[in-house]
Amino acid sequence: MTENAGFQTVIDRHALPDQRGALLPLLHALQEEFGHIPQPAVPLIADALNLSRAEVHGVISFYPDFHTEPPARHVIKLCRAESCQARGGAAIEGELARHLGVAMGHARKDGQVALEPVYCLGLCAIGPNALIDGRPVARIDTAGVEAIAREVEA
Amino acid sequence: MTRVFISRDMASVALGADTVAEAFAKAGCEVVRTGSRGLFAIEPLVEVETDAGRIAYGPIGPGDVKAVLDGTHANRIGPIGEHPFFSGQQRFTFARCGVIDPLSMRGYAANGGWKGLDAAHALSPQEVVDAVKASGLRGRGGAGFPTGIKWQTVLDTPAHEKFIVCNADEGDSGTFADRMLMEGDPFHLIEGMAIAGHAVGARHGFIYIRSEYPFAVETMHEAIARAASRIEPFTLEVRVGAGAYVCGEETSLLDSIEGKRGEVRAKPPLPAIEGLWGKPTVINNVLSLSAVPFILAEGPQAYADVGFGRSRGTMPIQIAGNVKNGGLYEVGFGLTLGELVNQIGGGTASGRPVRAVQVGGPLGAYFPPSMFHLPFDYEAFAEAGGLIGHAGITVFDDTVDMAKMARFAMEFCAVESCGKCTPCRIGSTRGTELIDRIVAKAPRKADTVETLPQMRNAGTAARTHDEEIELLRDLCDTMKHGSLCALGGFTPYPVLSALDHFPEDFGSAHVHAAAAE
Ligand SMILES: Cc1cc2nc3c(=O)[nH]c(=O)nc-3n(C[C@H](O)[C@H](O)[C@H](O)COP(=O)(O)O)c2cc1C
Ligand code: SF4
Ligand code: FES
Repeated sequence: MTENAGFQTVIDRHALPDQRGALLPLLHALQEEFGHIPQPAVPLIADALNLSRAEVHGVISFYPDFHTEPPARHVIKLCRAESCQARGGAAIEGELARHLGVAMGHARKDGQVALEPVYCLGLCAIGPNALIDGRPVARIDTAGVEAIAREVEA
Repeated sequence: MTRVFISRDMASVALGADTVAEAFAKAGCEVVRTGSRGLFAIEPLVEVETDAGRIAYGPIGPGDVKAVLDGTHANRIGPIGEHPFFSGQQRFTFARCGVIDPLSMRGYAANGGWKGLDAAHALSPQEVVDAVKASGLRGRGGAGFPTGIKWQTVLDTPAHEKFIVCNADEGDSGTFADRMLMEGDPFHLIEGMAIAGHAVGARHGFIYIRSEYPFAVETMHEAIARAASRIEPFTLEVRVGAGAYVCGEETSLLDSIEGKRGEVRAKPPLPAIEGLWGKPTVINNVLSLSAVPFILAEGPQAYADVGFGRSRGTMPIQIAGNVKNGGLYEVGFGLTLGELVNQIGGGTASGRPVRAVQVGGPLGAYFPPSMFHLPFDYEAFAEAGGLIGHAGITVFDDTVDMAKMARFAMEFCAVESCGKCTPCRIGSTRGTELIDRIVAKAPRKADTVETLPQMRNAGTAARTHDEEIELLRDLCDTMKHGSLCALGGFTPYPVLSALDHFPEDFGSAHVHAAAAE
């Protein structure tokens, strides 16, 4: 199957006549399947939903969740919001960035790990909290930082 | 076979509940996964079914199975209802959370589920709306608008199609009640939405859940599939957000469901008249919709009997941040902030003195302990220059730097602004820079243009500290009055409250009179 045919399969699943507001579910599905929203998929999406490419691009770029580049092998989403800050989140952010060798909001050059900000995970009395490849982790302390670093280097 | 109950709530899992559940299963127990009872300090919590009812133990690790099963474990709590964190609560909305298997239709029905929907179906739409009005229920999403009045507008607007939208975007730091309810008692929200559908004549509903809540998304999907036949002809679907805080604002949320950029719409038209795809739409918070089954099942008076002033009923209050007993505390309005933070919350987790609490999420004001006499009530908080919002309380100890928190509020606004209006989009960035200069004691100097000889009226002296502070207040004033929605409009709350109550953190002298103004 060509790459475009792969995109088209996912698009056809969501661009149904009775599916109103299909764009976000479709983008989520593409990202789930391919890890990101590849550029060549944009005209196909626009075509299927009768939108302009600019409209599709506008939506992709509005939402922080949607990425147009392939993701790092491991993604750490660390909470930066107030309740986690009240529990030492800023210091943990610094430690994590140092241990992983990557700044907040960036992926490491070798593609092994990305450190992304998230504003609250709804676990606000047991922070600092993070999602490690989607798995929730709470009460991150120095030992926790080291454990996370080991996990994502493996 | 011994039956044990262990939460599958995202918070419990983050604290290791899955490995504990595995250990009990391996020991031959029947493990029922429930929602969370709501006190994080005792998670992972294990409740063992005995002849004398459920006996709770917590926190429990995977190595504690034997000691729990033979009843000798040191962390024995006893019946959970007797624990001081729970004995004072009034659980109208969270009655089943932590008690039943969230996806058991049988468990739901056996524990009072569907009573509200059945009662509603026996009434006319107008009678249902009247009941909600009589209960005094106000929107739990932040603005506190009377839910019954909103529903009346939708009922009164003729249309071929109407919608019920549940706002489950819960982006405020310090809040997790929506998440806990969706994970711990999803049929309850479904029941509330089906009642709303009957009340206003809507056939279809959307639940818009933020993507940061993967457990809630999964649970709601499954619950909707299981309850489909029970709520007919009403139908429901889940839509997942994509990381934008502003999509919690109701009109931005509607645009997001429609598949657009989540930009805020100008009001009017109200969503109740022209909402989703231009159709009359009820949009309510998870907790507002989930208060409704109780109101229908027990009668509006039972709900209205509880509360304080014009804040009727119960509020699931979320105690968060640097606090010993963090968690969910559902109770009638009217407890004081001090009771919530010190008695119920037990003070800080770090053991240091409380310095500030932020109430109502990132757009809420910071209060010092000298204001702990405030009763938890919409009007009292508004009068004190703050808001209740979604009822999250974030506690900070005395190591907090309030200028940093004020800066964070501006930065958060800059990150999350939808970009539609200038005071919010640009003002938040200027505000961040301004606070940086204030803290660095590096006031702005005249720039090249201002020092040109022809700029005769421009000031050439660097600003003083007081002038920079004045400018910050001025900027807040512009944002407050010139923003289209509460993101830009309420960001001044945390900034100004930090400045008023903690001026020393900004390098100014503490003047008590200023705080009182
Ligand atoms: C920036 C911003 C974010 C908001 N986030 C939420 C949210 O996450 N959940 C919510 O229920 N309401 C949120 N609101 C309030 C909604 O606009 C709206 O008032 C609410 O959904 C109405 O429901 P209610 O009447 O049941 O409270 C937000 C408002 C603004 C301005
Ligand atoms: S205040 Fe900010 S978030 Fe709200 S409409 Fe204006 S730019 Fe958008
Ligand atoms: S503030 Fe970090 S989880 Fe809520």
